[in-house]
Amino acid sequence: MSDQQIGYAALLKRRHRISTCFEWTCRVATVSALLFLAALLAGVIWQAWGWLDLQFLTGFDSRRPGKAGLLAGLWGTSWLIFFTAIFTVPMGVGAAIYLEEYATDSRFTRLIKLNLSNLAGVPSIVYGMLGVTAFVRMFGMISAADGWTMALSLGFGTLEIPLPLGRCLLAGSFTLSLLILPVVIIASQEALRAVPPSIRHASYALGATEWQTIRHQVLPAAIPGIATGIILALSRAMGETAPLIVVGAMSYVAFAPGNLDTPMAAVQDPQRVLDAPFDVFTSITIQITNWIEQPKEEFQNLAAAGSLVLLILLVIFNATAIVIRNRAQKKISW
Amino acid sequence: MSTASGSGVPHSKAATSLHRSASLVRLKESGIRLLLFLCATVSMLTTFGIVSVLFSNAIYDVAPQQVGANGEARPNEAFFQQVSVTEFVTETRWTPGYTEKHFGIMPLVCGTLMISGIAALIGLPIGLCSAIYLSEYAAPRTRSIIKPVLEILAGIPTVVYGYFALVFVTPYVLRPIFQDMLGFDVGVFNAASAGIVVGIMIIPMISSLSEDVLRSVPRSLREAAYALGSTRFDVSTRVVVPAALSGIIASFLLAISRAIGETMAVTIAAGQTAIVTADPLGSVATMTSYIVNVSKGDAVIGSIEEKSIYAVGLTLFLMTLVMNIISQFVLRRFREVYN
Amino acid sequence: MTLKSVTVGLTTLVCSLALLASNSGCEVSSTSSRTEDSEAGSATGGGVELPIGSEEGQQRVLIDGSSTVYPISQAVAEEFQGSHPNVKVVVGTSGTGGGFKKFVAGETDINDASRPIKAKEATQCADNGIEYLEMKVAIDGISVVVNPENDWCKAITVAQLKQLWEPGSKVTRWSELDPSWPDHEIQLYGPDPDSGTFDYFTDVICGEEGASRTEYTPSSDDNILVRGVSGGKYALGYFGFAYYLENAKKLKAVPVSATGDVADAVAPTAETIEGGKYVPLSRPLFLYVNKARLARPELADFVTYYLAAGQDLVSEVGYVRLGKETHAETVEALKAAIGE
Repeated sequence: MSDQQIGYAALLKRRHRISTCFEWTCRVATVSALLFLAALLAGVIWQAWGWLDLQFLTGFDSRRPGKAGLLAGLWGTSWLIFFTAIFTVPMGVGAAIYLEEYATDSRFTRLIKLNLSNLAGVPSIVYGMLGVTAFVRMFGMISAADGWTMALSLGFGTLEIPLPLGRCLLAGSFTLSLLILPVVIIASQEALRAVPPSIRHASYALGATEWQTIRHQVLPAAIPGIATGIILALSRAMGETAPLIVVGAMSYVAFAPGNLDTPMAAVQDPQRVLDAPFDVFTSITIQITNWIEQPKEEFQNLAAAGSLVLLILLVIFNATAIVIRNRAQKKISW
Repeated sequence: MSTASGSGVPHSKAATSLHRSASLVRLKESGIRLLLFLCATVSMLTTFGIVSVLFSNAIYDVAPQQVGANGEARPNEAFFQQVSVTEFVTETRWTPGYTEKHFGIMPLVCGTLMISGIAALIGLPIGLCSAIYLSEYAAPRTRSIIKPVLEILAGIPTVVYGYFALVFVTPYVLRPIFQDMLGFDVGVFNAASAGIVVGIMIIPMISSLSEDVLRSVPRSLREAAYALGSTRFDVSTRVVVPAALSGIIASFLLAISRAIGETMAVTIAAGQTAIVTADPLGSVATMTSYIVNVSKGDAVIGSIEEKSIYAVGLTLFLMTLVMNIISQFVLRRFREVYN
Repeated sequence: MTLKSVTVGLTTLVCSLALLASNSGCEVSSTSSRTEDSEAGSATGGGVELPIGSEEGQQRVLIDGSSTVYPISQAVAEEFQGSHPNVKVVVGTSGTGGGFKKFVAGETDINDASRPIKAKEATQCADNGIEYLEMKVAIDGISVVVNPENDWCKAITVAQLKQLWEPGSKVTRWSELDPSWPDHEIQLYGPDPDSGTFDYFTDVICGEEGASRTEYTPSSDDNILVRGVSGGKYALGYFGFAYYLENAKKLKAVPVSATGDVADAVAPTAETIEGGKYVPLSRPLFLYVNKARLARPELADFVTYYLAAGQDLVSEVGYVRLGKETHAETVEALKAAIGE
């Protein structure tokens, strides 16, 4: 071999070594990310061991760690997610449909799209500040000392709406809805975009109007993607703490909103269901935060148990989203 | 019996009813279109809401003076009508609650940047390397398992991260290394533990987004490079990453703005001392933790302490807005378009 | 200019104007002459009213304020709810000052306070038509605590505390307070300015309410302070006695000397606080109740309970019960107020 060839061979060997080195660096990076996750889960599970029992899930908060439970938070989070879903789904999907199907590429539309991606990046606490001003204090139009209650009598109970709304569950829900709305809109847009134009064209060719096309062709095809996006957005809302603290979490709340502590109570006393949205609330995340700040060791275990509950709920939500995504991908054959 | 205009269709009974229902349908179509348009404008309203809340409490209040019971005027001015912008930007102390009030944003910005800096140091390299591994080296089966698992990391609620920092990172990682071995004082609340966990928190964001961008680089580019005798390292670093650079930078910026806006983890782990410092082992206050702590304590509605959270909120909003706009710009300007 | 763009422009203009105009500070209104409406147990005596349902339905008592008094209020709330399942009591920890701000706005029924109401706060109550009843409920001794590994600080004088905590204090090391103490940085933890403990401590130690240095780790949450002091060998902090007692294994209370002499130092214990020996840091803890709302039976019941069975809980939590005379006076005042 000539000198040149020997030199080249040596260089090649070195380059391969660098390449292998790099591959291992990347492997180590990925593995360390997974290790962090494992360490987090292990730490939480270890601390929560023995504390996650039925009493924990069905009891209310207490100053004695042995008696303290997550029930108020579970109810609060459930109600919050329920109302957030009610508000976000129609508005988010509606906005996405408009932006994808109806809107022309005008400056206004581009402004909305830019606006959406900016909103998605705004810190959640800023939403909390907006929520306090807009929903809790209602822009100061009605002051707290002058508050009054609007009562609507329904057949089985009275719906009493306090004005201003104050630090109630509904205000928390509205705030969370605003928070995840941009995410839902963007995800739904992606899902609608994934439906091939040929489907739409075929529908128009058969004489359908825009709305008929959307309603009968595009939307059904996009629903799995939209559902996935909604589920992921709701699971994010479930993990939020800061905006809820700003909107009004109290340290000690030992009851479910509306005093509705078992599902049976809803049937026995429907009035509680009507009272729940306007009641003081707490959430799983807020209870965890309160417990973390207690110096007593046992409260750390409680915080870990609460975190574990939250993680399990999260995994369920994510798994549902993945299952929907996978099943949809099998069905779609274009 | 309505006659459709300009259609020139014979007016048989069937055709007429088709016309009639066609007008109704058109009305319904317009109605639905309007409804959906209103849905889209809700997001604009949100932005207006945020901007107006921050603006009127922080910058300039347009409302008339409120009058108290004894006829005296109640102060209602926005933050910057009471505190000069110069003081806000240059003063190094932040003490709105004390008798001696100082309103310098620097300590809070310093805390935020320190924690975000540490987070970036940890999150960016690990995230990018993971992304490269997943897109270039990993088998499809491995990728399909690791990717959703990493996304779980993204979904973990931030209180859990804060708790992890306080209960695990400080006593078992930082203290053994920095206090016992190196002799530095590690506080119970410190910026380093918060920075580390926020870094871990943003790894999935970077790795997920970057991996998507890396994978969208067409195979032909890689194959051409291999054909010319490149190693995998050469291909990754000299061909693929530069091609996907705009997306990668955009994901970096997004992750950093997430780190800046992170609230609960830093509130729990980093403490509440507003101080301009370079020491990551002591407690610091960030803009987000200040807002949360004041909101918990809830200063007088209308007082300068309460207005101060809007000023801080405005700073935070502007910072993340600027980062997002830059990342949009980078993404659009430098995106390679492949035919 | 299409119709759409005109509509859009007008809508946004109108919306933004409306938002800006109505976004003026959310001021507490100056009027407040709402009378009590006790139909079906509901009350609208100002404030963010939670829906009160049917007679047996959910009734709420909203308490906020001092984190020092919080353990007592929480304990009383828990026990009270046990025997009165239809009444739900909510307790917050916004700090004495923060709690007063809500109280004067009518947003809470009771304010926990670790200091007496200030003149300014009383005026604001009057402005809003809120009459309050001041009740002493317990006695506390603010404890100066250090880490258990701290073996050098056996006592501290009031003068040293002042030197350490006064505004503009430059003391950063233990040795600056006493040359025999280690030459190491002190880590300071204390309540934040919203706290009644802060007000009281600064008043008796530094001479003026609110006069404090600003370089320390403040927190409205005493639990965070406990965590801070127990986590660092060179830490020092101050907070209510109950928090020290609750975590006595992790903390060490430093005897305080009111004179310059270390031999006079008195450690905070139930006996020394009750006997009046722990000076100057002993103080009463208060409850401020919205008088108008006492017409609500659940609130009246709760406050009566607080002074009766609640006194046992005071000791359980770690504070000191009221002396017999004070207790009798308070009960009388309460009965009179309920009777009105």
